[in-house]
Amino acid sequence: MTLEVILFILFGLICIISAVLMVTRPNPIISALFLVLNFCSLAGLYLILNAQFIAVAQVIVYAGAIMVFFLFVIMLLNPEKEKRFLEHKPKLKIFTIVVVALVLIQLIYMIFLAHPNDSMTNKVSESVNAGTIESIGREMFTNYVLPFEAAGYLLLAATIGALVLAKKKFE
Amino acid sequence: MQIPIEYYLVLSAFMFSVGIVGVLTRRNAIIVFMSVELMLNSANLALVTFSSYLGDTTGQLFVFFVMAVAAAEAAVGLAIIIAIFRNKLTVNIDEINILKW
Repeated sequence: MTLEVILFILFGLICIISAVLMVTRPNPIISALFLVLNFCSLAGLYLILNAQFIAVAQVIVYAGAIMVFFLFVIMLLNPEKEKRFLEHKPKLKIFTIVVVALVLIQLIYMIFLAHPNDSMTNKVSESVNAGTIESIGREMFTNYVLPFEAAGYLLLAATIGALVLAKKKFE
Repeated sequence: MQIPIEYYLVLSAFMFSVGIVGVLTRRNAIIVFMSVELMLNSANLALVTFSSYLGDTTGQLFVFFVMAVAAAEAAVGLAIIIAIFRNKLTVNIDEINILKW
């Protein structure tokens, strides 16, 4: 077992366990904190995959900015606790199990049907250059400069929209 | 030893399913929103996996744009939740039904 495999198992387990706990805990604040843990372990997985820039952006943007915003809104609204997970809801339980089983079986079947490993000629250790900030920046400001500008406008529009929505009561 | 790409993809599929469970079962609008973020992140994991197994930067650029869109979506969505809470004093999506006829 190399270090890569050990780290993959470690971060993968943290990822799975924190995702399940995030969905099943009744208290929203605990859910949000488990989601932060999930995002941090995803950043670890990105580092194993040689995607350094995305790993750092994951911690700063998701675990930092977005989750602080979620925690701020949870504490501002202070919603009441829900009952225990799926208590006294037999219909919803059956519906959820059927939908999730269908989606999961279909996804895993397609993953193993396609044999993606056969067409991957590169090794992950050879793709170090793909994840550096130099190569991402070069792509972003040459081939993808128009989507980059569009993302800027989208964020501006979202800022203005959030201000307008949260500013005053609409009757 | 190289980790097979299927492991990452199955992990991503599992996280996506957990997100679906959250969207379908939880009744708190904020937690439904956090489950949507979890599903976006599972898609990001698949994109980064393919990007680094192919040695191509484009997948990671897409993840960057997904992050920008997720940030915009979180800002607008939480502002809508705050506006609804001002009118109805609840974030339970079973009680927010003024658009239902």
